[in-house]
Amino acid sequence: MSDAPLIDLRKITRVYGSGASEVRALDNVDLTIDDGEFVAIMGPSGSGKSTALNVIGCLDSPTSGEYRFCGTEIASLTRDQLALLRRHYLGFVFQGYNLLARTSALHNVELPLIYKGLSRSERLKAAHSALAKVGLEHRARHDPSELSGGQQQRVAIARALVGSPRVVLADEPTGNLDTKRSIEIMEVLQGLNRETGLTIVMVTHERDMAAFADRLIWMVDGRVERDEQIGKAA
Amino acid sequence: MLWETIMLALQAILRNALRSFLTVLGVVIGVGAVIAMVTVGQGSAVQVTADVEKLGTNIVMVMPGQDAMEGGPGGTASAQFTLRDNDRLEEQMGIVDIAAPIAATRARAVFGNENRRTDIVGTDNRYLEAANWEVARGRIFELAELQSGRAVCVLGETVRKELFGASDPVGQTIRIKAVSCEVIGLLQSKGASTFGSDQDDFVLMPLRTFHRRVAGNSDVTMMYVSVREGVSTDRAKQEIETFMRDIRRIGQGEEDDFTVMDMKQVATMLSGITDILTGLLAAVAMVSLLVGGIGIMNIMLVSVTERTREIGIRLAVGAQANQVLMQFLVEAVVLSLIGGLIGVILGLTFGYIGAQVLAVPFAPDPVIILIAFGFSAAVGVVFGYFPARRAARMNPIEALRHE
Ligand SMILES: Nc1ncnc2c1ncn2[C@@H]1O[C@H](COP(=O)(O)OP(=O)(O)O)[C@@H](O)[C@H]1O
Ligand SMILES: [Mg+2]
Repeated sequence: MSDAPLIDLRKITRVYGSGASEVRALDNVDLTIDDGEFVAIMGPSGSGKSTALNVIGCLDSPTSGEYRFCGTEIASLTRDQLALLRRHYLGFVFQGYNLLARTSALHNVELPLIYKGLSRSERLKAAHSALAKVGLEHRARHDPSELSGGQQQRVAIARALVGSPRVVLADEPTGNLDTKRSIEIMEVLQGLNRETGLTIVMVTHERDMAAFADRLIWMVDGRVERDEQIGKAA
Repeated sequence: MLWETIMLALQAILRNALRSFLTVLGVVIGVGAVIAMVTVGQGSAVQVTADVEKLGTNIVMVMPGQDAMEGGPGGTASAQFTLRDNDRLEEQMGIVDIAAPIAATRARAVFGNENRRTDIVGTDNRYLEAANWEVARGRIFELAELQSGRAVCVLGETVRKELFGASDPVGQTIRIKAVSCEVIGLLQSKGASTFGSDQDDFVLMPLRTFHRRVAGNSDVTMMYVSVREGVSTDRAKQEIETFMRDIRRIGQGEEDDFTVMDMKQVATMLSGITDILTGLLAAVAMVSLLVGGIGIMNIMLVSVTERTREIGIRLAVGAQANQVLMQFLVEAVVLSLIGGLIGVILGLTFGYIGAQVLAVPFAPDPVIILIAFGFSAAVGVVFGYFPARRAARMNPIEALRHE
C-alpha cells in the first residue's frame, strides 16, 4: 500500500433515472477518508447518504467521477476483482439488514467467511464470537423471522464485523435499537476503531451516535455541505 | 471449493424446503408419468411380437386374391386353390416342410341346449402339425376318416367349454348345419392373442367332410405352409410365388392372383396398431411432462425475487458471480436428480403394476427413461439457473433492491 488515502472520491456523481425524472443522488462529491478514521455521515433523508455508502462499498458504480481505494482506481477493476475487494476489505451493514431468510443468525453471520475460504469450525467459532460482541449469542439458532428489528440489525452488524475487514460501512446501524443498545454497539465499534485501527464510515440520524465518531460529514442534496473533526480525536 | 459449493446448495435446498419439495414433485410427476405410460405401451408391443412368434416365424400363408385383408374365404373373385395345388406345393418344393390345406366358414355348432357360432375349419392333420396344436384329450384324425370324409371333429377349447362345460365331449355328437359330427378330440388351449381374439374358437373336421357336407364345393381357401428350418421366409415367399404363378399359369407381365404372406407381415400389421397405442400413451405422458415442467418453472419464477435478493447479499459479502451461479446450478441439478430418481422408481413401479394388470410383459425403455429424465432435469436447471444468472450479472445493490 502507498500513502494514498484509503478512500478517495473525486467529483463523484450518481444519477438515477433520466430526463425529467432525473435524480442526482450524489453531485460532484469530493471526499477522502484515511485509514483508521471513524466517520459519521449525517444529513436529511434523501440527501444521498446511502448512495455514498454504496459507492464507497463498491456495491454501486458512480455515473461519473473517480474513486480510488488504496490508490487503486475502482472503475478499472473487474466484477470479480470488486468481489474480492469486498470480501477481504469491506464489511457492510445495510439499512434494511438484508439477512438471508430462513437462515439462522449464526449462518447469516458465517456467510462472508464461506467466501473467505475458512474451515467450518473456524467459521462457526468466529460467527459465535461476533454474535457475542453484539450481545446475541443466545439467539444464534434463531431465524430472522424470529428476531426483533433491533436483533436483526445486530445480526447484520455481526456479519459486517466477522471477517475482520479494513473498513466497515454502516447505514444507520442503530436505527432500530434503543439508546442503551445503541450505545453498547457504538462502544463496540469505537473499541474496534481504537484497538485495531478499523476504519468506520457510519450513516446516522442521531447526534448522540455521531458523537462517537472523530469526524462528521454533513450531506445535503447529494453534496458534502460540512466536513469537520469532532470530539477529542486529532 | 466444489465440496463447499455442494454444501451451500444442500443448505439452500433444506432452507427452502417447500420450494425444493415442489420442484422435486414437478420432476417426479413428469418423469414418472412418461416412464409408466411408455413402459406399458412398449409391453403391449412386445406382447404382440411374442404372440406372433408363438404362431411361428417359419409360417407362410398363401391366399387367393391380391389384397391380403380381403382375401378371406370367398372374399374375391380370384380362383380358389385346390387340394392338388396344396399337395404339389408340399411335394414338389424342397423348401416346404408341410403345406396344410384349409377351407373355412362361420357356422353354429350345437350340442343339446348349448350352441356357439364359431369357425368351422376343414383341414387335415398337417395343419395340427404345422400350427403346433397339441391334443388335450382324445385323438386326431385317422387316415380312413380323412379319405372317406367321415363326420368327425376336433374341438378348440372355447367351443368345448361353451358346449360341454364340465362333461366329457369325446364320443358325443354335435351338430353343425345339417351334419351330425362325432367329437374325437380336444386341443390344448393357446389362449387369447394380444388383441383379445380367441385362438381356441373353432371346430376342425376332415377337409373332405367339409367340402361335401358343409361347403358344397372343393375349394381350398388358404394354404398354411411351414417352411423348412434354415430357409428365410423372404426366400420362401419368393419361391412359393414363382411356383404358384407357374401352376396357376400366370403369364409374364400379369399380376399375381394370390397373396403370399408371412407372420412378420402379420406382426407388422398388428404392431402398427400397438404403435398407435404407444404413441397415444406417449402423447398423454408428454403432457404430464409438460405439466411437471410448468410446475417447476412456476416455482422457480415465483422465487426469483427472493433468489435475486439472496444473490445480492452473497455478492455484497464478497461472493463472485461464478461461485453464486455454481451454487444455484448444483442446487438445480441435485433437485432434478432427486426428483428424477424418485420419478424413475415410481414410473417403473407403476409401469410394472400396469403391465401386470394388462397382462403384458414389463418392458422398460432406457431411451425413454433418459429422455424423461433429461427433459425434467433441463427444465429444473434452466428455470433454476437462468434467473440466477441474470441476477448474478446485476450490480449487487440492484439485486438487493429487486422487487
Ligand atoms: N434505486 C434508485 N432509483 C431512483 N432513485 C433513487 C434510487 N436510490 C436512491 N434514489 C434517490 O436518490 C436520492 C438519494 O437517496 P439515498 O442515498 O437513499 O438517500 P439517504 O440515504 O440520504 O436517505 C433520493 O432522492 C432517492 O430518492
Ligand atoms: Mg439511506
